[in-house]
Amino acid sequence: MELKEKIIEKILLLIALSSITVLTLITFFIFEEGLPLILKIGPKAFFLGGKWIPSKGLFGIFPMIVSSFWVTFGALLLGIPLGLSCTIFLCEWTPSSLATLLRPALQLLAAIPSVIYGFWGLIVLVPLIRNYLGGPGLSILTGSLVLSFMILPTVITISEDSLKALPPSYKAGSLALGATHWQTIWRVLIPAARSGIVASIILGMGRAIGETMAMIMILGNAVKMPTSFLDSARTLTTNIGIEMGYATGDHRQALFATGIVLFFIIMALNTLAISLSRRRVR
Amino acid sequence: MYVNPKISLWLLPLLLILLSLGCQRSKAGITVAGSTSVEPFSELLAEEYMSQHAGSHIYVQGGGSTAGIEAATTGAANIGMSSRYLIDSENRLHAVMIAKDAIAVIVNPKNPIGDLFLGQIRNIFSGKIKNWKEVGGALHPIVLVTREEGSGTRESFQKFVMEKADISLEALVQDSNGAVRQVVSSDPSAIGYISLGLVNEEVKAIRISGVEPTVANIDNGQYKLVRPFLFVFKDQPTGEAKAFLDFVLSPPAQKLLSKEGLVPVLPKVGQE
Repeated sequence: MELKEKIIEKILLLIALSSITVLTLITFFIFEEGLPLILKIGPKAFFLGGKWIPSKGLFGIFPMIVSSFWVTFGALLLGIPLGLSCTIFLCEWTPSSLATLLRPALQLLAAIPSVIYGFWGLIVLVPLIRNYLGGPGLSILTGSLVLSFMILPTVITISEDSLKALPPSYKAGSLALGATHWQTIWRVLIPAARSGIVASIILGMGRAIGETMAMIMILGNAVKMPTSFLDSARTLTTNIGIEMGYATGDHRQALFATGIVLFFIIMALNTLAISLSRRRVR
Repeated sequence: MYVNPKISLWLLPLLLILLSLGCQRSKAGITVAGSTSVEPFSELLAEEYMSQHAGSHIYVQGGGSTAGIEAATTGAANIGMSSRYLIDSENRLHAVMIAKDAIAVIVNPKNPIGDLFLGQIRNIFSGKIKNWKEVGGALHPIVLVTREEGSGTRESFQKFVMEKADISLEALVQDSNGAVRQVVSSDPSAIGYISLGLVNEEVKAIRISGVEPTVANIDNGQYKLVRPFLFVFKDQPTGEAKAFLDFVLSPPAQKLLSKEGLVPVLPKVGQE
């Protein structure tokens, strides 16, 4: 029995290591393919350049970095109030019969493929925004709207967990002191679960920055610096997605280099989220 | 989630069978690779050819014109597909035109504009003309729709229409003919360009300097936005590749292509 367990242990270790190996390999290849181009044209021309015209050797991704943050910021602006309200309602007011219906429905929201979100946005939201607000309809606003729905499951599940993890004495104590239910939620429960809620928002932000398929369909992909929420834009991910098919040589390397930038943004966000959720334990 | 172990035991061989079904690529056959504009038509022709010749296998892959010509040169593919003429450094290869395709400039059917000069189209796409009013239409900003960098359709449009001018960076970028058509069909102020074979009733192909994009006008040379669909070979085609080429140039196959919206050609061998 001893031996058998040892063997199983070793096999599991190997499998666990293989996933890390894959991560290392991906990282290695992104850098191997992308770094030479950044060094060739210079980091300043790459990161801060305003023009992306691969056929002329111009690879400036600054408008895309800015667009990525615009779209994500818009999604958070719409998604956070919606997600937090949902969480509070689910934790504090929903009768358990309704909650058993709502929770799977929210989880289903995460299971819908992003191409379906994109298609829905393109057919339903784009004409609405074009007709009532102007512009081409394929815009940052439309992208942010769709993304705000896509990040809901992430925001809700993680912030709900952190609210549920609070000791019941917090709520009981607050109510016993004469605070109303709403005062208890707003002044006691949410501040106590703050780090978990912030972590959920940061993870939602990571999801928003990484979304590709739906954004290719909705954003219009124009390569320019956005000046309003009704402008078309191209994010870092859609730049890779839309041009990978044909790219060769420097152009292809520039797309990998775009991946490097994304890599750092996602790493920073995840590190932040992990360090914040660790603080909750203490 | 709990899965009955008995069921999962049954699922495993099933998955393995499915996997092995996907791995039947080792059979002999020829590979056709290159332009994504030619690809759907080659697939159609390959299907037709294989249904007539049992046991033959023709694998059609995309990748773009340049990649296709490269693949033919190195022998990675038996036939390269190209939607542009060969350039000087590629002249050693053997190219056969299988059909001609026109690029149509399309607008929304609700747009009153039906005729533009080439220069006007150039100025619209370079961003010099920003409002439909300036070309005699409604007072509404023009929404440009273009293809992504590297697309063969974009390359041809650049060459035929834009010449030295750049396509405006304000333009929306869509990654397929179908996506361009979708945007133009839903936005009354949009203008884009797609392969003529893919124009349908949802969009309106405009006349260029009075010339309508029709097969007759392409044949007599009046409509200028025409590009070749080429099959590229390293040497004189032999064996299965030759048989497939002969099939593609045969009257029934050419008829099939013209039904799909392309302009058929009589066999023309060599570069033009």
